[in-house]
Parts: sequence; C-alpha cells; structure tokens
Amino acid sequence: MSVLQLHNVSKNFGAIRALNDVNLTLEPGEVLGLMGDNGAGKSTLVKIMAGNFPPSSGQIILEEGPVVFHKPVEARQKGIEIVYQDLALCNNLTAAANVFLGRELKTGFGPFRILDFKAMYDRSAELFNELKSETRPRDVVRRMSGGQRQAVAIARTRLSNSKVVLLDEPTAAISVRQVAEVLDLIRRLRDQGVAVVLISHRMPDVFAVCDRVFVMRRGNKVAEKPISQSSPEEVTGLITGAIHAA
Amino acid sequence: MPPDTAAPISSAISDVVGIKERTALQRLFSNQAIWVALAVALIMGLMSLRYPEQYGTLENFYNITRNFSFIGIMALGMTAVIITGGIDLSVGSVMGVVGIVVGLIMHAGEPWWWAVLAGLGTGVLCGLFNGILITRIGLSPFVTTLGTLSIARSAAVLLSQNKMIYQFGPWADQFFDIFGGQYIVANSVWLLIIMTLAFAFVLNTSAWGRHLFAIGGNEQAAQLTGVPVVRVKMQAYIFCSLCAAIAAIMLLGWQGSAINALGTGYELRVIASTVIGGTNLIGGEGGAFGAFVGAALIEVIRNGLILAGVDSNYQGIFVGGFIILAVLLERVRGRKRE
Repeated sequence: MSVLQLHNVSKNFGAIRALNDVNLTLEPGEVLGLMGDNGAGKSTLVKIMAGNFPPSSGQIILEEGPVVFHKPVEARQKGIEIVYQDLALCNNLTAAANVFLGRELKTGFGPFRILDFKAMYDRSAELFNELKSETRPRDVVRRMSGGQRQAVAIARTRLSNSKVVLLDEPTAAISVRQVAEVLDLIRRLRDQGVAVVLISHRMPDVFAVCDRVFVMRRGNKVAEKPISQSSPEEVTGLITGAIHAA
Repeated sequence: MPPDTAAPISSAISDVVGIKERTALQRLFSNQAIWVALAVALIMGLMSLRYPEQYGTLENFYNITRNFSFIGIMALGMTAVIITGGIDLSVGSVMGVVGIVVGLIMHAGEPWWWAVLAGLGTGVLCGLFNGILITRIGLSPFVTTLGTLSIARSAAVLLSQNKMIYQFGPWADQFFDIFGGQYIVANSVWLLIIMTLAFAFVLNTSAWGRHLFAIGGNEQAAQLTGVPVVRVKMQAYIFCSLCAAIAAIMLLGWQGSAINALGTGYELRVIASTVIGGTNLIGGEGGAFGAFVGAALIEVIRNGLILAGVDSNYQGIFVGGFIILAVLLERVRGRKRE
C-alpha cells in the first residue's frame, strides 16, 4: 500500500508548463532520490506534495483517498512534512523550542496555560535519541553544527506521526563529515517506516542512501528506477538530456 | 527497545546537566540587565556617600523611582515590539494624545473610570493602527510609527485646542489619589514593579512570549512552522501603545494637568532604556527586567548629575554615552557567542 501517489500531475504558471503529467508512487520505508537540473520541476513537484499550491490538473492520492491541499498546514495534518533548504530554524531559540515551534506543549488549566518545558525537553531528547543524534534539547541553535541543525529540523517532522518527509537539498551547504551525519538521519527516518523524498544535486548522497531514483527534465519524468539498476553516469545523462529516457 | 539505547540516554542526561551548570553562571554574567543593575546600585551608593544630604535621602529615592517609572512602563511595551525585530517611535505622541483624552473627559465632569477606559481605548486604537499597517500591509515599522508619531501629536494639539487642561472636575481628587498617590513609593512605581514581574512571567513561560522571540529570530521560519505571526506582531504593537497609555494616565495623576506636549521626545528615552537593558535592536533577544533597570540607569545618571551640580546641558552627553556603551557591550557579547 503506497502512502502517497501523484496521478498525472501537471502545473502551469501562466503560459509556462512547469510539470507535465507526472506520476509518482511512494511506499512506506523507502527513500526516493528526486534529481534534475535547475528548472526541471523538482521544486514545483515538492511544493505540490507539501501543499504550497494545488496542481493545475491531476490528483494527489493518500492512503485514505484523493486530497487537495491549499496550505502547507493541511499537508502537515495529513502526515506530509517538509524540511526546507534553509531549515526554517530560529537561531536564538533552543533545539527543543525549535522542534516545538508553533506546536508548543502547554500545561495548566483554562486560560492560564504556560509552556510545559519538561515535557518538551523530554520529548525532544527522545526524538534526538531515536535519530541517534548528539543534539541536546537545551542547546541554542546558534551554537550548533550543520548536522545538528538538520537533526533539529528533522526531529520536528517526527513530532506528529508523519508518513512522508520531504527533504530539500539537506546536504547542499554542510561539511563532508556532517553529510554523513545527515545521511544517517535519513536512514533512521526510513527505519521508522517513513517514506523519504530526498531532493539533491549530489550524486554520491543519492546513491548512498536512496532505494530508487526519480529523474526529471523540463517538467517531465524521464526515469524512475531502483538505484541498484542505475549508475551515476546514467543519471547524469538523464539529467542533462544526453540519455533521452530510461 | 534494543538494550543498547540505554547507554546514550544516561550519557545524554549527564551532558545536559553539565551544560546547565555552566550556563547558569554564564547566563548571569552574560546578562546585560545584571550589569546595568550593578551600575545603578554603584552609582546610587557612591552618590549617597558623596552627597549624603542631597542624594542619600528617602525623598530623593522616591523622586528617582517615580521619575523612571513612567519611562519604565513604556519600555516594557517597547521591549515586546523590539524583540519581534520592530520598533515603535510613536509612544511619546500616543502618551500625549491619551493624556489629552483623559484630561478632556475628566474636565467634562465624567467619572474617572470612564476617562481611564477612554484613555486605554485610545492607546489600543493607536496600537491597532500601527499593527495593521505593519502586519497586514507590510509597511516598515520605522516609517509607520514615525507617521503615527506626527499624527498622534497633531491630534493631541487639535483635541486640546492648544490649551492646558488643569480643572479635572468633581472626580479629580479620587483620580489623583489613585494614579498620583504614594504608598511608601509612588503608585506608578508599584505598577511598574507589578507589570515588570507579570511581563517577565509572560515572556518566559507563555507560547505568546516564545513566539515574540521566534519572530525576532527568524520571521519566515516562524511563519512556516505555523506561528500566527500577524496576530502576535499586531498584539505586540497594541501592547506597546497600551503601555504608553498606562504611563500617560499615571503621569497625569501625578502632574495634575494635561498638556499636549506630554511625552514629547520620550520615544528616544524609552528606546534607550530598552537597549541599555540588553534588548537587541535586531530582534530575538531581550527581557522585562532589562527595561526596568535601563530606565532606572538613565534616571539615576540624570538625577545624579543635577544633584552634583553639573550643568544640565551635559545630561545628553552622559545618557548618549551610555547608550553607545550598551550597544558596544552587546557587540562584544555577540562576537563571543558566534
């Protein structure tokens, strides 16, 4: 049973056709590498899944049936979480405060409700532990490494019972050691049965962690195949157009 | 659960405890408000020793505390706005128009509670005006509140017909007793203390407080994660104007007359107090206690210079110097943090 399907999804921005009848299926516990050159339609596809805007035509189908998203919050309520490229973290707050930002746990009664610090610290510690990250809930994000910041952003997606996590270029701007850390985080997500979509330009990362690769060029899907049956050379060819389709 | 997860949990706890112990001390020394409070105590102590007859009297203590209570109350509201990364230049003019509204209603013979309600309502309206322009239309806080500064001052002059209002009608005595009275220290000082404690509590323990800091830290991130950014910012501007209205009522109660120039130039003293207390003008950092001690420091310096017989024209130089010093301190701390 797939957790998310896109059925003949197209998107027009005025006269520009950004996506052309794209089909995609995501299974629980798999990592899909979404690749393509700039302007190939990756971001548009991700934004449709994340609920930033609805497709011009075609359907998004979840386990419970077809859905229409108008706002990211609606997608989040259905278990689709996105980690933005800039991570959307507040540097001046602690790791736990960032994990729970906008979804704070409170204690008290009636209108006298205050933040439940202990519950939020404990739950964050649990999430970081699940992700096997060394991030500490009370540390301020400003002082964290790139890998730890990713852990905070990814822990946020685990707050609710997310089924799909979209990662937008998580390894684009961090050091080699931290890339390994982030790839480990992705494996932890997968081990918990989450379907992960990894948007990346970095061939080694995709081949290290993904089960399948999904290549786009000029708004079209040009390939979708198991990573074991492909090669970096083939994917490069597909991205640039040297290989027409596979 | 596999057994190997037990080890990381226990080590994580000891890590957390270790971190906490270090930050408790670090936080004390990296807190600008603490240093400012020490400076206030030091200046007061030295001045009392040097001028025991003029400075070290209870009378002077009451005087100093009353004088900074009005600025302090306004600085609390300013703190909320500046934490979100905004600024409110209109507080002095809001104070002026609220003073005139309250004065006119008292003068007309209405009971003081109507006058006070109308004054607070005027404050809320000013804040709403700022808030709507800034959050809904997206104008810059600096320009918007600069406009309100001019509009509210003009409104005060027009409403007062450029006259001083000093006959407060049949309810005057009760009004002056409540808002201008003194129980050990002036009532406005008690109010400042209560408001500081309440605001500190709200800032540190409520979701609203945390959202203020989040917006100041990264507004876009706050928006993306579902923080009601527009609502929270709007409330910050309303709270700021409301504080100015409260300060106006307390000041009116003490002075016993309303002039349309009330609060002229106060915006700079309020912002200075806030910044000296350690609230970061870039947003995302600040506290209620800082607003309190920042206002206190400015008044202690001002009062000290007067009693030491220094030409009052030097006040600006000293106060300005402390503002720049505060920002420099902020810069040094910021560098250490990165």
